[in-house]
Amino acid sequence: MAGYRYQLGQRTYRFKDLAGVMAKASPLRSGDQLAGVAATTAEERVVAQMVLADLPLTTFLNETVIPYEQDDITRLILDTHDRDAFEPVAGLTVGELRNWLLLESTDAVVLQDVSPGLTPEMVAAVSKIMRNQDLILVARKCEVITAFRNTIGIPGHFSTRLQPNHPTDDLNGIAASIFDGLMYGSGDAVIGINPATDNVAQTINLLHMLDELIASYNIPTQSCVLTHVTNTIEAIERGAPVDLVFQSIGGTQKTNESFGVSLAMLQEAREAALSLKRGTVGHNVMYFETGQGSALSANGHHGVDQQTCEARAYGLARVLDPLLVNTVVGFIGPEYLFDGKQIIRAGLEDHFCGKLLGLPMGCDVCYTNHAEADQNDMDNLLTLLASAHCQFIMGIPGADDIMLNYQTTSFHDALYVRQLFGAKPAPEFDAWLEEQKIFTRSGNSLLTDELSQRFAAMLPGGNANV
Amino acid sequence: MSDHQTKKPARHNEQHLHVDRWQQLRQFTAARIGLGRAGTSLPTSELLRFQLAHAQAIDAVHASLDSTQLIDDLQVLTYMNEPLNILSVQSEATERLIYLQRPDLGRNLSEASAYQLQQYRSDSPVDVAIVVADGLSATAVHKQVPPFLSALLARLTRANKAWQLAPLCIAQQGRVAIGDDIAEQLNAQMVVVLIGERPGLSSPDSLGIYLTWAPKRGFDDAKRNCISNVRHAGLTPDKAAHRCAYLMENARNKQISGVALKDRSDDAITDKLPLSRVFMLSAQCVGDNTE
Repeated sequence: MAGYRYQLGQRTYRFKDLAGVMAKASPLRSGDQLAGVAATTAEERVVAQMVLADLPLTTFLNETVIPYEQDDITRLILDTHDRDAFEPVAGLTVGELRNWLLLESTDAVVLQDVSPGLTPEMVAAVSKIMRNQDLILVARKCEVITAFRNTIGIPGHFSTRLQPNHPTDDLNGIAASIFDGLMYGSGDAVIGINPATDNVAQTINLLHMLDELIASYNIPTQSCVLTHVTNTIEAIERGAPVDLVFQSIGGTQKTNESFGVSLAMLQEAREAALSLKRGTVGHNVMYFETGQGSALSANGHHGVDQQTCEARAYGLARVLDPLLVNTVVGFIGPEYLFDGKQIIRAGLEDHFCGKLLGLPMGCDVCYTNHAEADQNDMDNLLTLLASAHCQFIMGIPGADDIMLNYQTTSFHDALYVRQLFGAKPAPEFDAWLEEQKIFTRSGNSLLTDELSQRFAAMLPGGNANV
Repeated sequence: MSDHQTKKPARHNEQHLHVDRWQQLRQFTAARIGLGRAGTSLPTSELLRFQLAHAQAIDAVHASLDSTQLIDDLQVLTYMNEPLNILSVQSEATERLIYLQRPDLGRNLSEASAYQLQQYRSDSPVDVAIVVADGLSATAVHKQVPPFLSALLARLTRANKAWQLAPLCIAQQGRVAIGDDIAEQLNAQMVVVLIGERPGLSSPDSLGIYLTWAPKRGFDDAKRNCISNVRHAGLTPDKAAHRCAYLMENARNKQISGVALKDRSDDAITDKLPLSRVFMLSAQCVGDNTE
């Protein structure tokens, strides 16, 4: 491949290969600069976008960004590509795909049909020439519905992962955050703990607690302990009540090797979780987390920009039929996404790419204290994602994760979205909240004023009003 | 400490506020539970309490390390009845904004500092180089390093086999791996890096400690042992020093560090609380009145 060139007036721009065009066309972010793949001028970036817009989509079937022989994700993407589904857009360029996606006649059904025909690289490419409003509008049209003990992704609904982390995994400390979250209507996507002590014994201990909680209160939701997939497989072998299998995944073989995972391992874990038959209304048993920058961080990016690597991770996720995919957008730090503007753009790109590839996308709308970002940036991203029909966000007491030391969305933030967009939790969970007298249908309020007797009674010292 | 910094719940007399009636659960966690609400949003007092904590965390990230002050604080310490030999060095990241965006530069000594350290290079290997780096919280370094080092040096003094120390280096704009560079320059067999951790909202002053056997430039984190969350409200400097001395002794004996060297100084603390003792699961709560 001789590379790509573009004549702009007197100046000839050259790009060495497809990955080079993609990287230089990517909206500015610190991780691509750190990797040395970003455009060096603003003009070069737009020229790369023009080159990209003119590429036929078939280019991505004939040219790889990481060689087929070197990378199992490339092989997975090409080997599972659905030529029939691709047919309606097979004659389009990247620029024409953007136009087609924005057509009012391109609705949820049309998008679902074409989705298996789109590769992660095609989707990443078109995202690079889309403005934020395009990413929102098209993502909103995509419908992805998944289910386990409740149903996630129905239009008009918006779910939350209750994240009750505690720095020493103190069971009462975790339960205190769960109680707080439930009283604010959080937890329908999953009640998911990041364990501070990451071993099999601790995983099993926490799984039993969550299982008893969910069973005792008949909560239509699922649990997860976010430990390595090999720990979860072992927990299942030891009889632990596993609802969802968690794993962080990346978009290159080398990234996944650095996480200690492979497709075969994930398939084995999925089979093991399915064999437990713990889902009641559906059987999506996988929970994945991703995030731009992981490939560079693992030194496994092959000169591919971080947004394209991220989309490739979705290529892996979609063959495993997950309940939830969560892009943890601002966690990785300012060397990958420098400020609020870069975090917001990345969040919208990830949500769009995941949705278009048929995934149940949620977003950990978050930042660390060394990034140039604050609560206002998170409010902006949260509002934009909610308007794009993002499936779920995190819910944590007061937005402060005291174990992972970062800020994500709070229980209050989710209620802001419910007020603003009238979005309800998953229907089964919504009904439970009303039954338990946590949510109310009467008057203008979402939440009931009084703590119900059942929950008041479980407080240490009874219903002591402090 | 001002009233705003305490774990106090929102003032009950704040107007237009719905108070959560489960604040006794705060005995179990430092998480921001039971905040109450105005409509469904944060009460004003809680919003401002959060903003203050975020402001403190940002200030901790951007605070620069006051080497002169730190040297003053450390010069009162002695090891084997001798004062410490303390050097001040710099990474290749010349200022904070560059440091935050270029982790690679924070891992290398500046050319001038590398040259400076060569003057102190020992011909025969020394046992350990201790490195203090600002990392992401100079605040943590100023607060935790003096008590930690004092406790660590006391333990090393009592060791069966004496520890020979390279000069103590204070590194500005340093990441963990700058210790590898320093140890190579000083010909040290082991490096212990004391570094300010990424500040959390509730913990802007937490120190991390990284130990590496036979450090070489380009080593990855799998080669290191880490002790984190060193602060008065977390792992106290004294306990951290105990664990560090234990790891140093074992790393020297086995000539390894990282995933191959297990920290058994304290058995991993898993909560063995029976589930029936979890407040939401006690028999009475779930409707079974047999208790």
